[in-house]
Amino acid sequence: MFVFILRRLSQTALVLLVTSLLVFAGLFVIGDPVEILISPEADQIERERARVALGLDKPGWMQYLLFVKNAASGDLGKSFVYGRPALEVIFERMPATLELATVAMLISIFVGIPLGLYAGLKPDSRIAKGIMAISIVGFSLPTFWVGLMLIMLFAVQLGWLPSTGRGPTTEFLGMQLSIVHWDGLKYALLPGINLALFKLSLIIRLTRAQVRENVLLDYMRFARAKGLRKSRVLGVHLLKNIMIPLVTVIGLELGSVIAFAIVTESIFAWPGMGKLVIDSIFQLDRPVVVAYLMITVLMFVFINLVIDILYSILDPRVRLTAAKN
Amino acid sequence: MTTSPLSTQLVDETPWRQFVRDFMQSRIAVCGLALLLMVLLLALFAPWIAPQNPYDLSKLDLMDSKLAPGSKSMMGSIFLLGTDGMGRDMLSAILYGLRVSLLVGVVSGVIALAIGASLGVSAAFFGGRYEQILMRIVDIQLGFPAILVALILIAVLGSGVEKVIIALITVQWAYYARTARSAALVERNKEYMEAARGLGLPTWRVLLKHLIPNTLPPLIVVGTVQVAHAIALEATLSFLGLGLPITEPSLGLLISNGYEFMLSGKYWISVYPGVALLLTIVAINLVGDQLRDVLNPRLAR
Repeated sequence: MFVFILRRLSQTALVLLVTSLLVFAGLFVIGDPVEILISPEADQIERERARVALGLDKPGWMQYLLFVKNAASGDLGKSFVYGRPALEVIFERMPATLELATVAMLISIFVGIPLGLYAGLKPDSRIAKGIMAISIVGFSLPTFWVGLMLIMLFAVQLGWLPSTGRGPTTEFLGMQLSIVHWDGLKYALLPGINLALFKLSLIIRLTRAQVRENVLLDYMRFARAKGLRKSRVLGVHLLKNIMIPLVTVIGLELGSVIAFAIVTESIFAWPGMGKLVIDSIFQLDRPVVVAYLMITVLMFVFINLVIDILYSILDPRVRLTAAKN
Repeated sequence: MTTSPLSTQLVDETPWRQFVRDFMQSRIAVCGLALLLMVLLLALFAPWIAPQNPYDLSKLDLMDSKLAPGSKSMMGSIFLLGTDGMGRDMLSAILYGLRVSLLVGVVSGVIALAIGASLGVSAAFFGGRYEQILMRIVDIQLGFPAILVALILIAVLGSGVEKVIIALITVQWAYYARTARSAALVERNKEYMEAARGLGLPTWRVLLKHLIPNTLPPLIVVGTVQVAHAIALEATLSFLGLGLPITEPSLGLLISNGYEFMLSGKYWISVYPGVALLLTIVAINLVGDQLRDVLNPRLAR
């Protein structure tokens, strides 16, 4: 276990190193930050001063080391647009994204698992076939297109829900959240559904496959033969056993929900990190782009690590140290 | 492909004919194939079919802008699918956009297949440290969602056709490498490989003529699915404004352009390119699904 975590941590460091190198290369080698930082009217002396201030007069490898050193101490530069530290700008937008991700995950779990259970228990019924058809559609449609259709149907045609933006926020547990009241929640519904659709399809299909596999196993037959109530057989015996792979997938998808929020946030003008990074790319606000990428990668690697460890706790059959290949 | 001698004696059919017959067994897959062929033909012959050259700005008339489907232009011709904000015929724009989307998807898919397959097969063939390191890279990369990897690359490289293709290749190669390796690991220990090596054939010949052709079936299946993914991802990037330039509008960019008009009820500018994108992706997926069933040796009929 310890060896495993150690190995994963070194792998994490490697991934961060490669990402930072890539991003650094794009930031300092391909483009010239001075061109963007300094107004076009600036004279040669001012340019030179900015060059020294940014450390651009030093050789490339030294610049990179400086960049890494600053990054390690949490300094990823100042946003050109906001004039504040890039990390601060991103952390400010984080609650909005996490809120959206939470809504999406809740929808996919609490709609997906029951539908998957049904489809798995009655695979030949018409409703089950309908559920599976929906899941195939959810798999193959591009997220942004579904988002547009949702806006067109529910906001433009029916006028039930607001199309874009985030609702009024209130202070909750020290964060500015919008989903604690209906006024704010209704803004989160369409983007939440949009972001959930892919995960929902995934969870439906996974649950169904797990149920189909497990109902044939001896422990299920035994539970039924014992004369247990159906609700107990399904709710306790079956659910417990199909939970292990589900937890893994749900955990892994948590990271990808945050990454995919880029698309959803752009469509619904949701003021989260994803929209911020797209705006920053257009405004050439590179420090924010770098900070976003580093934070997201870090978050991702961390989630993967936690899932791996959780998996070994949930399922004693999985021995982490044995998985050396 | 190796068919066992017994089955060729019993059924007087070439493997290709058998493959075609197996494929035709699913009606929905045949529909998908027909749809896919239609889409490909439309894209290929777009310059001859399209009523208008959407890139030729001199042909556009701002008076024709934002017309509903079926309305008449100033010149008297009919816009079947309406026009966009610049007075461009949507049908023509879609046909040309389809061309761009398919081209980017297929080109990136084929290059990624070539890179991924050679790395994957060579990893299985040579093994050792090389295999370990390569597969670890594949594992790490597949741990990240495609959109994030693509975003990092686009942020670093900037946008443009060749950059989008590079990003798509980078996103996809790992899937091919993983598939090719696992297929090659199975094939490596089969008798024909032993025979090829026993004959003293040079390594490159064993790899190219014997091992790689036999790892192709699973790669083709992954390939169809990946091309659909690549098209969707390119559309997403273009929709975000990070993909292809406006001079070569792909379907994603057309959808994005129409988005601003959608809230005012002018749905067609965005919806029809979306429908075209959808039909393409669904058609590819239907064909891919059936290919998976037909080419899967475990489901051999």
